[in-house]
Amino acid sequence: MTGRRPDPEALLERVREEERRAGRGRLKIFFGASPGVGKTYTMLEDARAKRRNSVDVVVGLVETHGRADTAVLLEGLDVLPRRSIDYRGVTLSEFDLDAALARRPAILLVDELAHTNAPGSRHARRFQDVQELLAAGINVYTTLNVQHIESLNDVVAQITGVAVRETVPDSIFDEADELEIADLTAEDLLQRLKDGKVYVPEQAMRAVDQFFRKGNLIALRELTLRRAAQRVDAQMRGYMREHGIRETWPAGERLLVCVGPNPASARLIRSGKRMATGLQADWVVMFVEAPGLRISASDREQLARNLQLAQELGAQTVSVGGVNVADEILAYAREHNVTKILVGKPTHPRWRDRVFGSVHDQLVRGSGHIDVYVITGEIDEPRRAPPRPEDRRVPVGEYLQAALILALCTALGLLVFPRYLTLTDVAMLFVLATGVVAYRYSRAPTVLAAFLAIVLFDFFFVPPRYTFAVSDARYVLTFAVMLSIALLISMLTLRVRAQAEMARARERGTAALYAMTRELAATRGVPELTAVAARHIHDTFGAPATVLLPAPGGGRGLVLPADEKERSVAQWVLDRGQRAGAGSDTLPAARGLYVPLATTTGTIGVLGVTPVDPRQFRDPTALPLLETFARQIAVALERDILADRTQREQLEIEAERLRTSLLSSVSHDLRTPLATISGAASSLLESAMAEPTRRELLRSILAESQRMNRLIGNLLDMIRLDSGSLQVNKQWQSLEEIVGVALIRLDERLRGRQVTVALPPDLPLVPMDEVLIEQVFVNLLENAARYTPAGTPIQISAAVVERAVRVDVADHGPGIPPGEEERIFEKFRRGTQDAGGGVGLGLTICRGIVTAHGGRIWAANRVAGGAIFHFTLPLGSTPPPSVPGEPGDE
Amino acid sequence: MPGPVALLIEDELQMRRFLRAALESHAYQFVEATTARDGLAQAAGRNPDVILLDLGLPDGDGIDLTRRIREWSNVPIIVLSARGREQDKVAALDAGADDYLTKPFGIGELLARLRVALRHATPAAGEPEFTLGGLTVNFEQRRVTVDGTAVHLTPTEYKLLGVLIRHAGKVLTHRQLLKEIWGPNAVEHTHYLRVYMTQLRHKLESDAARPRYLLTEPGVGYRLNAE
Repeated sequence: MTGRRPDPEALLERVREEERRAGRGRLKIFFGASPGVGKTYTMLEDARAKRRNSVDVVVGLVETHGRADTAVLLEGLDVLPRRSIDYRGVTLSEFDLDAALARRPAILLVDELAHTNAPGSRHARRFQDVQELLAAGINVYTTLNVQHIESLNDVVAQITGVAVRETVPDSIFDEADELEIADLTAEDLLQRLKDGKVYVPEQAMRAVDQFFRKGNLIALRELTLRRAAQRVDAQMRGYMREHGIRETWPAGERLLVCVGPNPASARLIRSGKRMATGLQADWVVMFVEAPGLRISASDREQLARNLQLAQELGAQTVSVGGVNVADEILAYAREHNVTKILVGKPTHPRWRDRVFGSVHDQLVRGSGHIDVYVITGEIDEPRRAPPRPEDRRVPVGEYLQAALILALCTALGLLVFPRYLTLTDVAMLFVLATGVVAYRYSRAPTVLAAFLAIVLFDFFFVPPRYTFAVSDARYVLTFAVMLSIALLISMLTLRVRAQAEMARARERGTAALYAMTRELAATRGVPELTAVAARHIHDTFGAPATVLLPAPGGGRGLVLPADEKERSVAQWVLDRGQRAGAGSDTLPAARGLYVPLATTTGTIGVLGVTPVDPRQFRDPTALPLLETFARQIAVALERDILADRTQREQLEIEAERLRTSLLSSVSHDLRTPLATISGAASSLLESAMAEPTRRELLRSILAESQRMNRLIGNLLDMIRLDSGSLQVNKQWQSLEEIVGVALIRLDERLRGRQVTVALPPDLPLVPMDEVLIEQVFVNLLENAARYTPAGTPIQISAAVVERAVRVDVADHGPGIPPGEEERIFEKFRRGTQDAGGGVGLGLTICRGIVTAHGGRIWAANRVAGGAIFHFTLPLGSTPPPSVPGEPGDE
Repeated sequence: MPGPVALLIEDELQMRRFLRAALESHAYQFVEATTARDGLAQAAGRNPDVILLDLGLPDGDGIDLTRRIREWSNVPIIVLSARGREQDKVAALDAGADDYLTKPFGIGELLARLRVALRHATPAAGEPEFTLGGLTVNFEQRRVTVDGTAVHLTPTEYKLLGVLIRHAGKVLTHRQLLKEIWGPNAVEHTHYLRVYMTQLRHKLESDAARPRYLLTEPGVGYRLNAE
């Protein structure tokens, strides 16, 4: 029962662990996927339950963020007063660590583990406070969001696009004594967000839309649950180690499927998948490479295919090396809490089991509590590979050198025999010589050397010497031994050499693959990605390569390659998702080899390679490597396409949002005056009323209809701007004249205000569309009238600045809220909601018109108070045309 | 005595209803047509004193209708059109219409236009002096005064002012003004007008940026404010 005894190392580790933990407080983390899932709430509920059981629970710090339902839970709990810290004149309230240490509650609640303390606190981070509390023996309850876990930080940033700076080391999370997940589905969370139940810090407001997307929330939730599960798994492994348990612990099933390098394994893998799905279990597909195993290249290819299949079906794959297959399987199974092992039925003859032992037998006997399933398929040592054809022709030089070595050996033997050495020693010399040949040269020279050795030894040394006759039959055995040793050495050498060669090739392939993957990861855009991919494949395989993708928006049809026959091969590959072309089994007559770019969502394209030598990809290592490249390319492309799609969807959402806001804005702004008009008109119709009232109603009808007219004018302008149908009819115009028109049009709106117009007398004519620029003035002036107090003055001025005329419209109102200077030009943006009147299009239209003139419009706040709007109108390169002079004064 | 006959060619029922009420209460005799074809027949048959023509008729081109009426009649035509259709207005004016009104318009504006149009239709009185507010022009002496102070005008400025006075209250397109003052070769050179109009305003108006007499009709032309 050695398996039950913990090994000394583990025991020592456990003792240290216990020492470390002795007297320490216990940490419980309430863990959630995002803000708003109810971590604090759950924590408080837990605390209240403890409080009811008379446990000394104290609230060190809990942020209610003004949520009533959370605040209610705080009632009846002891709350430590916060510590105030003065920082650059601002008073910040922080968790009071010293007070907590002095109070020594049984359980202390400290919200938001990832918090960064105010400058001047003892620790920079709150988790350091918590560590000190734990060290002091205080049990701590705290909350944590998944995005704050160090190792997941970048993953979360990738998912959400929001980087979080405040992170907590994984060790704290992993060493927590208890973990409770506050879980909420994405829908529920979004609903809560909509109901305003989620607190969002000011500075994060902008990120909210980006963060709280349903896709994000689902991904975060999965990440949370997974991370928690991982921790639980680790915990259980730790427990088993501590208690010396080698048996598995039957929580959650885990399947181990053992495969070999043969096609039948695919069935086994599929059975494993079905079983895993049925049991809702994790599953692992494993291959054990025993050193005695000789795996041919085609076997290796089959093995790679099997493992790939397993991965595609969602399994984790493992390849291990080990002397005994069954032992390795069982060791892995125990290490990883495997509950069921799947192996294939043996197909080899029974005598092999008798002679070499049966893997199945060992597995079943050693499995203990693990179930072993034997199903159709096989777990056999691979069939012996057919003798490998000699890779290359052996150069004649090797034979000559082998012969030379034997000749030297003979000469040496003649020098020393029989004076110094015995016949046996000479035989040893010849064995050494054949060994050297076997080590240095390939098989045929070795065989030659072995036979030469026998012949030479027999002729020169075996009595009767200088004849081929053999006096003693014992020497025949010597010959046989010599031959066997030579062949054995040769065989071993060849194998080692082949393996080294294979390892080198694999390493080269891996390095090349790594280089490409790295560059792909740093590349954006489909054309750029395909270019990178093609370059790397060309560099690695020495064959020109192209990535063929269906034309965007044009279904699944390929446009390239230009050659119709080649294109049809590529199309076949795209449609079927199987490789074809030169060097493959399908359509081998093609010039190129085509490999599908397969992703989880299907084949997105084809990798086409035109080998210089059509046999190049018959090399069994080249094709799998190429397919691995293809997979990486597919992943990179898919990533890019998905990112692209996300972006497009984002744009569509944005457009949709705009449409919605247009509709709501327009319907509101049109209905308000309409309501007044129809209301006033109907009361005029129905009742006899005093003349002043009647006139009052009539005046409001008039005013409201004028307002509607302005509004519709703005909307129409906007539509013309948006649809690009705005035509700028540029003519040499006088700015003064246009300002005049605008002022007359707005006479009523500007009544009671002093509007000063200061235009330099030498201001030239400006090429512009008078109707449109008048609209710009009207909108700017209306804007000023709307957002500044009645009676405040407005100033219009202009100057020539760098081949353009710059116009300034300044008011004396409250100015533009800081940071809004740019945004006020956006559609449907209104200054203050109830300022009345506009749809929030006026400035957008101004920008559209000015931009169409080649000018620029911007806004700023004046030092003296009030806002100032500037716009420029370029004067163009041609000077204003001349005007005919007077025939002469009267 | 019966009031002047006004013919309205307009397809919108509410518009006709409103104009009928407004005009009849101001002692106009009101005749209406809903299509261009009907309008042409009415213009010939009813012998109106003034025609109000909507440019957006469903069955035809108001500009073409203007041209057809002008073939045999000098009856004042006021076109009604929406903002942003300046080319249409200019085309109608150049085709012979006398004035225009931008929809929506107030009744005060309409009556003022009608008065100008009707006065214009009566033969010119050939008075030797023109007075508008503080502005006085004595044609015999070629003398211009503003609030009693003599103002010196160049010959072109004087000519421009004269043309505007002759059509006081009525809009004149750029083309019409340019042709009258600089001749038919200058009809595209609107910047001449900008320059001279600016000069004229600085001499005659108290605040050139808020003219009282020399009004700009954006995209169309100029008008001497007659009221």
